[in-house]
Amino acid sequence: MTDIAWIDAALTAARPQVVAALLRYFRSLDTAEEAFQEASLRALKVWPANGPPRDPAAWLIFVARNFALDEARKSQRHDSLPDEAAISDTDDAQTDLAERLDNAHYRDDILRLLFICCHPELPATQQIALALRIVSGLTVPEIARAFLVSESAMEQRITRAKRRVAAAQVPFETPGQAERQERLNTVAAMIYLLFNEGYSASGGDVHVRIPLCEEAIRLARLLLRLFPGEPEIMGLTALLLLQHARAAARLDANGAIVLLDDQDRRLWNQDLIAEGLSLVEKALRHRRPGPYQIQAAIAAIHSRAATPQETDWAEIDQLYGALERIQPSPVVTLNRAVAVSKVKGPEAALELIEPIAPQLANYFHFYGVRGAFLVQLGRKNEARADFDRAISLARTAAEAAHIRMNIDRLMKDSEPTVRPASA
Amino acid sequence: MLYSLLCYSDERVVANWSEDKDRAVMAHHVSVVKQLAATDQVGPVVRLMPTTTATTVRKGRDAVVIDGPFAETKEQLLGFYIVECASLEDAIRIASELVHEPGAIEIRPIQYFSDRGEPRTLAKERAQSGATARKRDVQ
Repeated sequence: MTDIAWIDAALTAARPQVVAALLRYFRSLDTAEEAFQEASLRALKVWPANGPPRDPAAWLIFVARNFALDEARKSQRHDSLPDEAAISDTDDAQTDLAERLDNAHYRDDILRLLFICCHPELPATQQIALALRIVSGLTVPEIARAFLVSESAMEQRITRAKRRVAAAQVPFETPGQAERQERLNTVAAMIYLLFNEGYSASGGDVHVRIPLCEEAIRLARLLLRLFPGEPEIMGLTALLLLQHARAAARLDANGAIVLLDDQDRRLWNQDLIAEGLSLVEKALRHRRPGPYQIQAAIAAIHSRAATPQETDWAEIDQLYGALERIQPSPVVTLNRAVAVSKVKGPEAALELIEPIAPQLANYFHFYGVRGAFLVQLGRKNEARADFDRAISLARTAAEAAHIRMNIDRLMKDSEPTVRPASA
Repeated sequence: MLYSLLCYSDERVVANWSEDKDRAVMAHHVSVVKQLAATDQVGPVVRLMPTTTATTVRKGRDAVVIDGPFAETKEQLLGFYIVECASLEDAIRIASELVHEPGAIEIRPIQYFSDRGEPRTLAKERAQSGATARKRDVQ
């Protein structure tokens, strides 16, 4: 008797490798998906009675491939069949499946599958939706719910995205070193976006979408298993783990945002933190810093501080400085300003962000952060104007409510208590 | 006789368990450990972090440090240490002293280490269960 929860988890775990292998055989996402679906159904029938196979992925690839070949045979009876058609019986051939299947390329297979989902012509949300559907195996209704759109709209979006990537014809040859690195970077960026979409939703009533964050972590871990020696992938995985560790503390019972300084640190998930810190340490040994590693190192500093007062803001300031050098961005500067305000005071922080004001003219967090600096300096009217602007730019109800709370405090208190946002 | 129980599973599957399932599995472990602890039958209980956190030290001319787990099936697990180190560097240093040819030592951080169901360090373990620990040392 095999536990259904186990089978479910095994199917989810095997999915990327199986779909990726099927895509290599059949060169069609639809065929690969359909065949995987069929093999999963057979697994649900067979595994509970017979127990799980030694290598679930190999079993699924074998069964799915035969199914797809049968289907192809039915639809094109007169065409000559590929060699694989010789393999027909699933029962007696299971013994040495692992040896028969070409496992050597599965790393590039999975990377290709992920990479296909991140086609540059696709807008970021479509890349993410496609990856969630194809790689993670989330259902269309699940993805639609995560993106707060109707099922039919999401169905359409995914169908369109699939057509687009099919037309793009990503090559199936084993990629060279440089190309592999490029694919890896693109895929890492998609996973990062997916996490951010969950971490701080870009719209709707729900500010944090845990399932998207968890899915991103799953994909990051998958990528890290494939490329265990890549410090940036260690950094990315660590970053997501360390950020997600704070999930339970980031919103209060009413769904309102709780800033880092005000979070109940006992709610932080210490298991995720421990894993994240281990990965940061491993990555740093390589002495090949990159944006994900630096962001992870910053998250690590927050994770290590038992109280907000113990936070090493000077170190955070330096790390943001390093991040600015390798990946200059006004958003990075804005984040660094929060650290600067802790180390050198709000005046210095304000000075730092003045030059980037035009670039961030439509950025919600800019006005929240600058408003908080202005409050600390007692410049209430200017602060109020910034907070008003922030509300008009808020993307979720929680963001707007949070700024409204700042305004209420501003109106009520003569003593400034508002802190810059760094949740 | 002392026995070690080495738990094997496919971590990709474990990583895809729901949090509830994971909690249920861990709760079961804790309940068994509690029974065993009552009769003083259990030593340290360890949950290893995923293999992605692992670093492997091999014996070459000098010790060679490799990212990732030691995954070759030709070799068998012959023993293990639990050491408390200030850094990964420190752990690599110790592993380099211990490793010999042929073979390798995989360094895997521990997520969970206790016979009471909560994360601990060796120092805490010693401080908090002095009497029990001494008794076990004698065995």
